[in-house]
Amino acid sequence: MENLISIFVKSIFVDNMVFAYFLGMCSYLAVSKTVKTSVGLGIAVVFVLGITVPVDYLINNYLLQPGALVWLSPSLADVDLNFLSFIIFIAIIASMVQLVEMIIEKFSPALYSSLGIFLPLIAVNCAILGGSLFMQEREYASIAEATSFGLGSGVGWFLAIVGIAAIREKIRYSNVPAPLRGLGITFIITGLMGIAFMSFMGIKL
Amino acid sequence: MSNKEPLFSAKNRRLLTTPLSKENPITIQVLGICSALAVTVKLEPAFVMALSVTAVMAIGNVLISMLRKTIAPRIRIIVQLVVIASLVILVDQVLKAFVYDVSKQLSVFVGLIITNCIIMGRFEAFAMSNKVWPSFLDGIGNAMGYGWILIVVAFFRELLGSGTVWGFQVIPQGFYDFGYKDNGLMILPPMALITVGIIIWVQRTRDKELIEEN
Repeated sequence: MENLISIFVKSIFVDNMVFAYFLGMCSYLAVSKTVKTSVGLGIAVVFVLGITVPVDYLINNYLLQPGALVWLSPSLADVDLNFLSFIIFIAIIASMVQLVEMIIEKFSPALYSSLGIFLPLIAVNCAILGGSLFMQEREYASIAEATSFGLGSGVGWFLAIVGIAAIREKIRYSNVPAPLRGLGITFIITGLMGIAFMSFMGIKL
Repeated sequence: MSNKEPLFSAKNRRLLTTPLSKENPITIQVLGICSALAVTVKLEPAFVMALSVTAVMAIGNVLISMLRKTIAPRIRIIVQLVVIASLVILVDQVLKAFVYDVSKQLSVFVGLIITNCIIMGRFEAFAMSNKVWPSFLDGIGNAMGYGWILIVVAFFRELLGSGTVWGFQVIPQGFYDFGYKDNGLMILPPMALITVGIIIWVQRTRDKELIEEN
């Protein structure tokens, strides 16, 4: 249990998707103009990461890893399908996003209309694929660990986009040098936020 | 091609050159930032990454452009993803076979070329509606626009952060004896963002048209 909390906190603050790995930067820069929309996108990312990382964990451990097919027949012990992981992960993500979209539409039309266009966009958000690839690279021991990593990274991304959106709403009233306006200043602020987040480095629970 | 135009007509040359400056994928179109920043600690991985993206872009653009009349609009995203994913698997296997060390350094970022929005973006915006040769040029042009930013950022980060260029020591040992220190901050992730911010600043100072409203 402690282990799970530690992974969760670590993936929010220390290994933050945006500040430490620059994942999901495209939508991070494009959608962070107002706080309201960025909250919507942030929630959608938490949601999708929390689902796709554990699913990809199962796929990775029971289909793709060398020797993962032993449960089918012992003769398959030296089959290595690892090279297929990119295409399978992206297919899983695309179909999961579709599935989540349909489920939300059925059971919670209010949430569906507030997430709106963001759900389909998420299929090509690199934070999602990045989550699955990091999960594969770091070899988490159980599906619970993978899930808490997925959720933690989602929450970290959520914090980052809401933070930058709040700053951008305020910065509209300040006198930024003309060539830096818009994109330039957003980059630099993100860098400064990243430096602030680095103070969490080395936290151990 | 019914209307014969020379392979490098003015229009085609423009496809190759505007992405380098006025329509740069990173600093103007804001596409493909994720991977651009993460691989720029050292010059060598940045260069390999730029080459990989060029290969995927150019071949992918040609393939999509050839298939453009047969792809049904409703399923085009999945077709595009399959094309990109297959090309990226090829690139990944080639890197693993020939430059294993660099491939280890790039780790997940080779895989992330799949969701690199430059590629999807150019498929959507250009290859789906243009002939094969212009699409090829557009792919090369955009990949080079992406590549030069990567290389410039990596050059400064490696020079100031580790005192080397492409792994060779360029800051003389004498400097260190006098107390010069490498700037450790340059190696850390946030400085990549700030370096790109400065590139944008310089570019827009030189070209006033690009300044945004707010």
